[in-house]
Amino acid sequence: MQAPLLSVRDLTVEIRSDLGTLRAVDGVSFDIPLGKTVAVVGESGSGKSVTAQAVMRILPKVAKIAGGSILFDDPADRHPPLDIAALPAESERMRQLRGGRIAMIFQEPMTSLSPLHTVGDQVTEALKVHADVSDAEAKERAIEVFGRVGFPDPKRALVTYPFELSGGLRQRAMIAMALITRPALLIADEPTTALDVTTQAQILDLIRELQADTGMSVLLITHDLGVVANMADEVVVMYRGRMMETGARDDIFRRPQHPYLKALMRAVPRFAMKPGERLTPLREVKSAAVAARVPAGPPPNRNVLEVRGVSKSFRLRSGWFSGNTRMVHAVKDVSLAVPCGRTLGLVGESGCGKTTLSKIISRALDPDTGSVLFDGGSGPREVHRLRGEALTAYRRSVQFVFQDPFSSLNPRMTVYELLTEPLRIHKVGTPDERFERAKALLDMVGLDRRSLRRYPHSFSGGQRQRLGIARALALEPQVLLCDEPVSALDVSVQAQVLNLLKDLQAALGLSYLFVSHNLAVVDYVADTIAVMCRGYIVEQAPAAALFRDPRHPYTKALLAAVPDPDLDHPLDFAKLRSGRFSEPASWPEPFRLAGEDAGVMVAVSPDHYVRMMAPALEAAA
Amino acid sequence: MILFLIRRFATMAVTLAIISALVFFIIKLPPGDFLTNQIAELRAQGEAASAAKAEFLIKQYGLDLPVWQQYLVWIGLWPGPNGFSGLLQGDWGWSFEFDRPVTEVVGDALWLTLLINLVLVIFVHVVSIPIAIYSATRQYSLGDYVATFIGYIGLATPSFLLALILLYYTNRWFGVSIGGLYDARFSGQPWTWEKFGSLLSHLVVPTLVIGLGGTAAMIRRMRANLLDELGKQYYVTAKAKGLPPTRALLKYPFRMSLNPFIADIGNLLPHLVSGSVLVSLVLSLPTVGPILLAALKSQDQFLAGFILMFVAALTVVGMLISDLLLAWLDPRIRLGGR
Repeated sequence: MQAPLLSVRDLTVEIRSDLGTLRAVDGVSFDIPLGKTVAVVGESGSGKSVTAQAVMRILPKVAKIAGGSILFDDPADRHPPLDIAALPAESERMRQLRGGRIAMIFQEPMTSLSPLHTVGDQVTEALKVHADVSDAEAKERAIEVFGRVGFPDPKRALVTYPFELSGGLRQRAMIAMALITRPALLIADEPTTALDVTTQAQILDLIRELQADTGMSVLLITHDLGVVANMADEVVVMYRGRMMETGARDDIFRRPQHPYLKALMRAVPRFAMKPGERLTPLREVKSAAVAARVPAGPPPNRNVLEVRGVSKSFRLRSGWFSGNTRMVHAVKDVSLAVPCGRTLGLVGESGCGKTTLSKIISRALDPDTGSVLFDGGSGPREVHRLRGEALTAYRRSVQFVFQDPFSSLNPRMTVYELLTEPLRIHKVGTPDERFERAKALLDMVGLDRRSLRRYPHSFSGGQRQRLGIARALALEPQVLLCDEPVSALDVSVQAQVLNLLKDLQAALGLSYLFVSHNLAVVDYVADTIAVMCRGYIVEQAPAAALFRDPRHPYTKALLAAVPDPDLDHPLDFAKLRSGRFSEPASWPEPFRLAGEDAGVMVAVSPDHYVRMMAPALEAAA
Repeated sequence: MILFLIRRFATMAVTLAIISALVFFIIKLPPGDFLTNQIAELRAQGEAASAAKAEFLIKQYGLDLPVWQQYLVWIGLWPGPNGFSGLLQGDWGWSFEFDRPVTEVVGDALWLTLLINLVLVIFVHVVSIPIAIYSATRQYSLGDYVATFIGYIGLATPSFLLALILLYYTNRWFGVSIGGLYDARFSGQPWTWEKFGSLLSHLVVPTLVIGLGGTAAMIRRMRANLLDELGKQYYVTAKAKGLPPTRALLKYPFRMSLNPFIADIGNLLPHLVSGSVLVSLVLSLPTVGPILLAALKSQDQFLAGFILMFVAALTVVGMLISDLLLAWLDPRIRLGGR
């Protein structure tokens, strides 16, 4: 058997902190064979990224390699394997390897590139550091690489700044930067986590293709088992710095041994779930109040929220030096209904207008045309006409759960202050009653009553999101607008929060508008799903029908692009390669929307609507 | 770009017009300015010649006109006794206290002020940037603590106090008088190499004294900015490319951390003129600061008005320069939203 390219043995990385020394990586061993992909999977804090940084020797200052070896056997070099762990991090030899033979791409394509330098500058720089090339040669190589990673205009890319590129193209630029030196090993640290699903599929496809071309090995760091199932040859599962399980992909997915891995797999929402099947979080939360409460009866048969023909456009001032303005149509003629006690899922990729829509519903924004109706039990009323008392009452009934549990809680307020602030604002109850309410809210979301005096920073991400939910519930609302409530959370915690939301709905009769880009998550919580693209609702159907029988090309592309942690449902990369799914003008007939044509929603079966071009409807009639 | 410049110049003109009105009316606001005092004195003498001179002064400076007309005359938009002759025409008016045209009073001092402060700005940047980079890249090291400590002392020491101390000790130890900008024997002499040398040697102490606070503040700010940038992902990317550490540092985080300082040029320029008044007084530096102070005290309206307008114009121009520089250095501003 051929010697592995990289061989990590008993790697231990220690991090100094005020609380003493912490072992971020504790005795990890694995091999990366030539031309293969090894995936390191784990939750945040599992030490997977630290492992990658140790291989690159770009550990933060507080961390140091405390033991073990990292043997790198470069096929292009006849010398015996080199122990990276033993080299000084800033030595000449290490610098030659770093970026030259071992290259790395990062999670955040937004921040990984310097905003002040052109993409061309940053990419050619990588080559110039490692090879003795002239500017012209470097540029030529860069153009070649840009073309290879799929830049539509490789020459222009040289003089483009990162902020002028979309997230997908930025990540392609990062890949170009990594590949221009033709490395033997590519370390990809969560390369697609920040990207939309269709873009993610394309980037994953690109990495696979490049790997087949160049024969490089890939060390893929990710938390997404779906990505692993589609990319990896071998898998290393990490938890709290230790290796839990390692093996070939098939063994890992078909015959998981370690309880942690099994639990992790059960915690991920999948498409193939049976109706009513519940996710099993790694750490179950006991929501006392929910368990005690008698399930609310069947919800009344009315729409608690109804959006009718809402449109909203923004005027963008373009550039500093020009007075030009540009109109952006964020939401176009959207009609939706949230039935009482149910969940409406709203799916779409970044920039599709889903957040604008939720802001319009919460009355943070006024629509240009159309109306939002709210029916709290006393007949529908138009939200944007509400004034005074009625408006205050509306605000109490509709509450927000935010995406980022870290920035949505004021770090200077205790849990008690956070939970009772809505009550104080709306002048509800006496201080004693508020105190009781705060305790009840903590019970509801399964947090310890004793947490009232603590500050948000002492809670984990999942606990914080539960605090956010508790705060949203303080005023006993009827509707929760959940804007990507789990996308900032680890998979294991996701399941916990999703289950909590479901339980609360059953117990309190809440209605949800659940906004997310993750189809599997929406599938798990929503009764009805609306798919949004470029400000349009392109398809709307009951969850089961949408996944069984997607009609719209965009919905199909979205579904096809979600990597499923199931080896029997691999991604169909070929199908996703064609590219522009989110371009209404390039959808096939009869879905094409060109120019001013907004199309119309057509019922293809009961409760299943698809947006088609207007002429198609006429032809059908 | 051209459109942008036209718009900017228009807003600059409006800003300056508003400032000039404010400056003029505020100087005029308290009763008893230099000229009225002088006229009252002349009248009190009761002699015909004095009364005639008072009448002449009133006519000459339009004191019998309504205030808004006086303002317009000063600006140069209203015909005064000498026709249209105001700031716009380059006539900066008459200093009553010095009994000379403002141009003459301010002239030399203005250049010397600019010189001192230019030296100062260079000194502050040259000293503080390397120290800041050192202490940011070696956060919580001994060197960082030393730099921080010196920085705090620099921030906390009143510069006029330091000036007094240095004034005393340089005289005692080296026998040099550091007051003034050049040796007394050169005053009124034409510029020679000798005089220039004397100027340079006299520049050292003021630069140190005035620059210390600025240097300390700059080290603190630069260090904080740089520390922020050092934690950014793109710096990790640069290191992951295999760039040598110094190059990675200077090309990426350092350049990013300069942005706030460029944005600050608008504040820096007026500071060149009006800053360091106290130190100038203590060290008897012939700069604009003390003149402005005196003019304001005696309500020498044209002199004070001119200096204030000059500072205002520098501010506005400085803002423009910093905006243009920022746009040139930061593509996000130049191309953003395109």
